[in-house]
Amino acid sequence: MTPASTTNPTSADVLSCRGVGVHRGDNAVVSDLTMTVRTGEWVALVGPNGAGKTSLLHAVAGLLPATGELRVDGHHPMALGRRALARVVALMPQRPVVPPGMSARHLIALGRTPYLGRFATESAADRDAVDHEIARLGLAGFADRPADQLSGGELQRCILARALCQQPRLLLLDEPTSALDIGHQQTVLDLVDELRAERGLTVLAAMHDLTLAAQYADRMVLLDQGRVVHDGPPADVLSAARLGATYGARVEVLDRPAGPAVVPIRATQPPHPRAAHRPDQLGGTR
Amino acid sequence: MTTSRTVESTDHPGVTVPTAIRAWSRWRWVRPSRWVLASIVLAGALLLGALVGPAGLTARSVLLELVGALPGVHVDSGLTAQQQAILWQIRLPRVVLGALVGASLAVSGAAYQGVFRNPLADPYLLGVSAGAGLGATLAIVQGGAGLPFVVPLLAFGGGLLAVAATYALGNTVGGGRTSAVIVLAGVAVAAFFSAVQNFVQQRFDDSLLAVYSWMLGRLSTNGWTDVVMVLPPVALSWALLLLHRRTLDVLAVGDVEAASLGVDVARVRLTLVLIATLGTTSVVAVSGLIGFVGIIVPHAVRIVFGASHRLLLPLSMTFGAAFLVLADVVARSAVAPAELPIGVVTALVGAPFFLVVLRRNKVAA
Repeated sequence: MTPASTTNPTSADVLSCRGVGVHRGDNAVVSDLTMTVRTGEWVALVGPNGAGKTSLLHAVAGLLPATGELRVDGHHPMALGRRALARVVALMPQRPVVPPGMSARHLIALGRTPYLGRFATESAADRDAVDHEIARLGLAGFADRPADQLSGGELQRCILARALCQQPRLLLLDEPTSALDIGHQQTVLDLVDELRAERGLTVLAAMHDLTLAAQYADRMVLLDQGRVVHDGPPADVLSAARLGATYGARVEVLDRPAGPAVVPIRATQPPHPRAAHRPDQLGGTR
Repeated sequence: MTTSRTVESTDHPGVTVPTAIRAWSRWRWVRPSRWVLASIVLAGALLLGALVGPAGLTARSVLLELVGALPGVHVDSGLTAQQQAILWQIRLPRVVLGALVGASLAVSGAAYQGVFRNPLADPYLLGVSAGAGLGATLAIVQGGAGLPFVVPLLAFGGGLLAVAATYALGNTVGGGRTSAVIVLAGVAVAAFFSAVQNFVQQRFDDSLLAVYSWMLGRLSTNGWTDVVMVLPPVALSWALLLLHRRTLDVLAVGDVEAASLGVDVARVRLTLVLIATLGTTSVVAVSGLIGFVGIIVPHAVRIVFGASHRLLLPLSMTFGAAFLVLADVVARSAVAPAELPIGVVTALVGAPFFLVVLRRNKVAA
């Protein structure tokens, strides 16, 4: 697969960005970014902390204003309107807010919001849609428990169910598994991949774990300081030299049947000089 | 649209997809028992409010009198003309006013807590009451108390100004992120408005007693006037808040997620603050500063019945009405024949309860 379509947006592109910039306050967190995501594709957004992954996802979801030419399903997110956009794009946040005392079923049902009138509550059809996702994702066992008592893996599956209730074309995952153990990471990512095949979903996922990202994504877009460093199949993007340059990381990339595996190498010498210039790596995810 | 109504999914044998009827009972807010309970509690409180006092009314005679007032029904309640006058012109207006005030303060408190995603938000703590107090005081000292709508309008203006100041201050200082900051901002705004109000009050000492007794919170006994005056704006704010019951649930997941679910967060927040402020300031204008109802009642309802606003808003209204009527019974009878200001009673109960809420939420704050 080649990234040839980046310069030629077609109708098969769920998302196309051309010269897109995103600002938080006075800081440009994404600048002059050009990429596309085709229907049915799984694209992984990777890059160090502060590279602009979350900001780009938020711009696509219409949560942050963007400059340049940004098209989601052919429309600019801000021009589409909140409700209409929420029927096309669903966001699965890294650390979902769980209101105390709200049941898992109720939290999932919030995904029906873009289909309800302004003052309406769920109809029988909406409740059916919610129960359908609960059954499909195997959540029936704890759907009536308070969501704030669920484990991390159960909660992320509920949030995935909520996103599916929006019946989106494009599913945005913001580091969906970084709070989970390796088994639950695989459970959630496998589910997303099954649903992608079942429903023709398109997935754009910001991910930290490069090995997992390479196993699930058709294509990887490597960001650094708000710009695209490389865009291509995982095997092309993941090279020890490139990861050293963007992450300041010492890694070895193993060629495995399932995809390239990134293995960190313990320093035997003083740290890489680049690390000293990147104190922000220890900070948060933005 | 996924509108599957099959009982068993063919893709996943053994996985049942509930039918609409089975699903119905799982959605917490549609179970009827809690509404029955709430109605009984409210009816009991109203009856008690009508009975307690020196006139020697009995439950049976009060009920018969009420039934007899229905069109086309003729029953003899056995009440004397004087007792009838006490019931219809003193007790019932006061009980109904108490119910309206309690329901409004409680439902507005629940709405503020939802909008600001802050368990400590309360008309009193956000400075709304103090702002409304300043507006009402200005109206009273300028002789506006005799004119209709002058006191409520100035109270609404003052309350709106105060909540805007609190919100702006909370946003500027703390980015609007933590519970504590907005409450601290509210305390500062309330202190400021109270100081101005005290200044005004001292300058016009001929109306000092009127303003002071109003400030402590009281349910007046001048017939149905206050009820008639407060009912339209209060009913409007209830109706509008109840329409937003699901929107408030969506807001509970935070601005980013609520927006990604299709809600225009900024517009909805402004609308809800205006509505809740209308409800609060309307009752403050007739009943004075009655604190803590907006925090005690919604929290108790949350603990017992859960946090969904579809339950929280109507149940807060019902239990808020019952709570304030009962607080008024205590205010009337504790030191009879004298009366305690009802604001003193709610504060005596509410301040310790506030500490309990604070403890429960210490992690979040």
